[in-house]
Amino acid sequence: MHKGKGMKFVGDSRISAERKPNVPKDYSEYPGRTEAFWPNFLLKEWLVGAVFLVGFLCLTLAHPSPLEGMADPTNSSYIPLPDWYFLFLYELLKYEFASGDFIIMGILVLPGIAFGALLIAPFLDNGPGRRPHQRPVAVGMMLLALASVIWLTYESASHVDWESRAEANKPIPPGEQVEIDTEDPGYAVYENSCMSCHGDDLQGGAAAPSLIGIDKSAEEIAQIAQEGIGSMPPGQFSGSDEELQQLTDFIVSVNEEQSE
Amino acid sequence: MLQKIYDWIDDRIDITPIWRDIADHEVPEHVNPAHHFSAFVYCFGGLTFFVVVIQILSGMFLTMYYVPDIENAWKSVYYLQTEVAHAQIVRGMHHWGASVVIVMLLLHTLRVFFQGAYKKPRELNWMVGVLIFFIMLGLGFTGYLLPWDNKAYFATQVGLEIAEQVPFIGEQLKTLLAGDANIVGAQTLTRFFAIHVFFLPGALFALLAVHFILIRRQGISGPL
Repeated sequence: MHKGKGMKFVGDSRISAERKPNVPKDYSEYPGRTEAFWPNFLLKEWLVGAVFLVGFLCLTLAHPSPLEGMADPTNSSYIPLPDWYFLFLYELLKYEFASGDFIIMGILVLPGIAFGALLIAPFLDNGPGRRPHQRPVAVGMMLLALASVIWLTYESASHVDWESRAEANKPIPPGEQVEIDTEDPGYAVYENSCMSCHGDDLQGGAAAPSLIGIDKSAEEIAQIAQEGIGSMPPGQFSGSDEELQQLTDFIVSVNEEQSE
Repeated sequence: MLQKIYDWIDDRIDITPIWRDIADHEVPEHVNPAHHFSAFVYCFGGLTFFVVVIQILSGMFLTMYYVPDIENAWKSVYYLQTEVAHAQIVRGMHHWGASVVIVMLLLHTLRVFFQGAYKKPRELNWMVGVLIFFIMLGLGFTGYLLPWDNKAYFATQVGLEIAEQVPFIGEQLKTLLAGDANIVGAQTLTRFFAIHVFFLPGALFALLAVHFILIRRQGISGPL
C-alpha cells in the first residue's frame, strides 16, 4: 500500500485517488490444480446446489409438512414425542440410571459430557497426527457416541406407529368444528361407553379415532359399538337397546351437523 | 454502462479491494469434486449454508401469515397450509429444511472430525462450529412449538419439565423460557417466537460470520 507523502485523496475523504486494478489473482503457480473460487468453481458449484434444490423440493412436494389438531392442554391421553433429532436424548431418560433419582445423569451429566467433549475436542485430541488411525482414542469415542445416538434414536422411533399417530391426530378444519350437545340423552350414553377413548368432544385420542366426519350409517355405528372394529375390542357398549338407539342417533346427528 | 456505474462508485468508495478480497480465494485440487470425486465430502458445509439460506427465506415468508398468539397460531398455520397459494411448499421447505440442515450439519461435523481438520491452528473455528450446532438445535426446539398443534404443545411441555429439573436454576430457567412457572400458554408461545425469530438467528448470523472469516483467514485444511 502506498504510504506517506504524495498521496492523493478523493475530495476531502480518506479514499485514495489512485485507481487499483481489478484483476483476479493468478493461481497458476499454486501447487496442484488449484482454481479460483470466483468465477470458475462457483459455476460448477451452483450446479450441485441446483441438483440438491430439486431433490429437496421433490421431498417437500411428496411429503407435505404435517400439522396435527390444535393444541388442547386438557387432552390427557396425548403421548408427546419430540422432533427426531431430540429422540436420543428423550430415550436416554427412560433408562434407570438416567431417570428418577438419577435424573441429573440423564439431563445434565451424560449430555454435558458428550456435548462438552465435542466442544473442546481439539484440546482433548491434541496430537499432531490427523489421520484417523493416528488418534484411535478420539475416533473410537466418536464412533461409540455415534453408535449410541443411532441406537437410542432407533429404540425410541421403532416403537412408534407413525401412521396411526398421524391418523389419530388429524386436524379438524376450523369451519367444521361442531357444537356437541351435552344435554342430548345420547351424550350420556356416549359418556359411559365411549368417552374414555374417543374423547369428550368425539375428537378421538391416542387409542381411538375421531367420530366426527365418519361415513357410517346408524346400523353400522351400532354394530361397531357392540362388536368392535380394528383395534377396538367388542363389548365396549353395554346397555339397553334403547340406549344404543340414543347413542347412534346422537353420533349420526353430530355427523349430519358437521357435513352441513 | 455497468462499467461506468462501477467506476463511479469505485472512484468514491474504493470498492475494488473489498470485491477482490471476496472474490479471490483458491479452491485447492483436493477439495474440488471435479478432480477427485471423493472430495464431495467437502460439500456438506456449503450445503448446510445453502439450507440455512432456504430457512431464512422461507421463514421470512412464513411470518407474513403466521400469528404468534394461542388463539390464532394454529389457525394461521392451517390457513397457510390449505388456502394460501404455494404456502404448503414454503412451509414444507421450512419444515423439512429444519431436518435436512441437522443432517448436513452432522455430516459436515463428522467430515471435519474424522479428517482431524480441527487440529492446530483451527481449534477456535471448530468451537464456533459446535456453537452453531447448538444454536441450530435451539432453533429446532423453539420452532417446534410455533404451529401450536398437539405435537408442539406436549413436546414443549416435556422439554420445559426437563429444564425444570436442572438443579438450583431449574425453575428460573423454566420461567425464563415459558414466561410462567406453571402455565405453558400465551407467554410461552410469544417467547418461543421471539427466541426463534430474533434471538437465535441473531446469534447464528454472528457465529456464521466468524466461522467464514476464520475459514478465509486460515484457508481450507490440507489433504490428509
